[in-house]
Amino acid sequence: MPFQPVKFYQTGTYTVGNRLLDPDERSEQASENRSNSINSGHRACQGCGEALGARYAIDAAMAESNGQLIAVNATGCLEVFSTPYPESSWQVPWIHSLFGNAPAVATGVAAAMKVKGRREVRVVAQGGDGGTTDIGFGCLSGMFERNDDVLYICYDNEAYMNTGVQRSSATPPAARTATTMPVGPEPGNVFGQGKNLPEIAMAHGIPYVATATVADLRDLEYKVRKAMKMHGARYIQIFVPCPLGFGTASHDTIRIARLAKESGMFPVFEAEHGEVTGVLKIRHKVGIEEYLSPQKRFAHLFGKHAHPEMVARLQAIADRNIRKYGLLEENN
Amino acid sequence: MLKQTEGSKAVAEAIALCRPEVICAYPISPQTHIVEALGEMVKAGELAPCEFINVESEFAAMSVAIGSSAAGARSYTATASQGLLFMVEAVYNASGLGLPIVMTVANRAIGAPINIWNDHSDSLSQRDSGWMQLFAETNQEAVDLHIQAFRLAEELSMPVMVCMDGFILTHAFERVDIPSQEQVDAYLPPFDPRQVLDPKEPMSIGAMVGPEAFMEVKYLAHAKQMQALELIPQLAAEFKQQFGRDSGGLVRTYRAEDAETMIVAMGSVLGTIKDVVDDMREQGHKVGVLGIVSYRPFPLAQVREALVNCKRFLVLEKSLAVGMGGIVATDVRMAVSGTGLKGFTAIAGLGGRAIPKASLHKLFLEAEQENLEPVTFLDLDWDAVNKQLERERQNRHSGPIAENILYDKGISSAAKFG
Repeated sequence: MPFQPVKFYQTGTYTVGNRLLDPDERSEQASENRSNSINSGHRACQGCGEALGARYAIDAAMAESNGQLIAVNATGCLEVFSTPYPESSWQVPWIHSLFGNAPAVATGVAAAMKVKGRREVRVVAQGGDGGTTDIGFGCLSGMFERNDDVLYICYDNEAYMNTGVQRSSATPPAARTATTMPVGPEPGNVFGQGKNLPEIAMAHGIPYVATATVADLRDLEYKVRKAMKMHGARYIQIFVPCPLGFGTASHDTIRIARLAKESGMFPVFEAEHGEVTGVLKIRHKVGIEEYLSPQKRFAHLFGKHAHPEMVARLQAIADRNIRKYGLLEENN
Repeated sequence: MLKQTEGSKAVAEAIALCRPEVICAYPISPQTHIVEALGEMVKAGELAPCEFINVESEFAAMSVAIGSSAAGARSYTATASQGLLFMVEAVYNASGLGLPIVMTVANRAIGAPINIWNDHSDSLSQRDSGWMQLFAETNQEAVDLHIQAFRLAEELSMPVMVCMDGFILTHAFERVDIPSQEQVDAYLPPFDPRQVLDPKEPMSIGAMVGPEAFMEVKYLAHAKQMQALELIPQLAAEFKQQFGRDSGGLVRTYRAEDAETMIVAMGSVLGTIKDVVDDMREQGHKVGVLGIVSYRPFPLAQVREALVNCKRFLVLEKSLAVGMGGIVATDVRMAVSGTGLKGFTAIAGLGGRAIPKASLHKLFLEAEQENLEPVTFLDLDWDAVNKQLERERQNRHSGPIAENILYDKGISSAAKFG
């Protein structure tokens, strides 16, 4: 992980005014030269975590590639809100083909650049968790296995938000979605064994895998820039709360993302060639209730007909993540 | 250069002469030899610069081709049958985006029941996908059509399928004239795309389009194919001038001048049909042939012109519109609408069923006498069909159809249901 000599911060956040930092520690978003790859005027909801994540990720990738970037987009919210014909928010060359083929289209773009001798042009593919962990999974695995020179970014908001909040294989247990309703004796999504895509990506042995959240945007920028320094298949999964799907206030997007990380529900780490090389430690550990209770998608676990046993199972998942990735500081 | 070679090998050599920059390969019979040969050429450095990508599915094959074509690389893949169906979403996407990809379809039946042999069900299922479809009669024509296909695709910025009969052409060894690199280079200029992903000039491709513009985009795909009706004959004429061969075009007739009965077909079966027509001509029957090269766009005017002076026609096709009859026949009838011409349909050769001369001879005589049902199934085993129908009448749990038919025909020792 990057050594961050943070001199000033407000309690509970890593927010630092850029003017207090040395110029080389300032974020790409603070730069006058940022590319504004996804420009203002798009139609994302207020408080959209995906729009924020994409803005930071693609601007960082643009900076690292000296503006030599082509972006491929899976079908989904990001595609729909950014390119309602005849408008486009994209200031980079951008292509959308289908829901399930963004990794393969990116492979094609990278192959074209290679064959034309334009190795300076880099390729980023991006999609939501449905497009990545479900329908695009085959193409993603193929792209990983071939180690094609593509950075794939998954904006993970844990359900199919674009079509109206249906369950994906990234939806957490107990969560309410339109297809896992909070009814019956075990309301919400089932407790399955899950599909841990960052670990599946690591199992391919690709050069770089990382997770990040929109609560730690410097860490996000650092990981994108690090990934762009490498070649071959790379994967970054960014936790991007969705106010609509999570049932949270628009102004709480960053807070929810931080709680996901601080509770251990979303472990933030990076790995090279299948080995974990760093984790973002939990700074102020919170219980799972603190993460779950502000979200309407978990409202059925609390209140009059509470399900403390389900909350306990979710806490156990967070605890397992904390143990597995060593998310707590040694002295905690 | 003349050589005795396998159809797939010849097509691979023709593709290589077209200087493709990205080739996506996924195995499915009977197209596999084509991409195998191309892979060897790339690996050996004979075809360069070219990226040969072993993908994980046909859906990925077409998707990689979409990416590479949109990024300005001449892109090629090949498939057949289930593979074509597996990539359908991307097939429509490629034409919707206006990407001039060329794909060989080694025509093969669609399951179930699973069957690797030839008919035209696969590419005809993509009739309305927005791809142009050219059908080769011989391996020489398959070679020539691929060279023309890249010109056609790139002139119109629309994708083209070159269809060649699986096994019958792909695996047949015969004499083929492979052109020289200089000849092909003179005919086919480098790919100069209408739209390209490039950081030098950023553009968004594949935007969301609502009701306010969708119809215009779709109409333009149709307009491109209408332009192709003009362009395909021009490209064939230019090809003849440079290569000295008649290949391609929209339609081709054979002994049609004074024909009273015309036989209409696509692909390699035209060879057998011509042999039968030669025999019948010797016996004084006024029979002629209309071969359709361009299935999409469908040359309505040329088909009408070729048939308007006959008295009756028979469309012999290796495809079936279940619940309706012929697929090609429907288009042919559209072409001659208002003429009052008597038309018949024969469904033949499904799943590789042999189409022998004797059966055709009998069929054509019956057509000549107008002694045919509107739709005929050539050499159908009615005993087997009726036996199964009776079994289903007798037994609610009559079991799987294909296994029953195999049992009845003594091919399988599977347990007999009912």
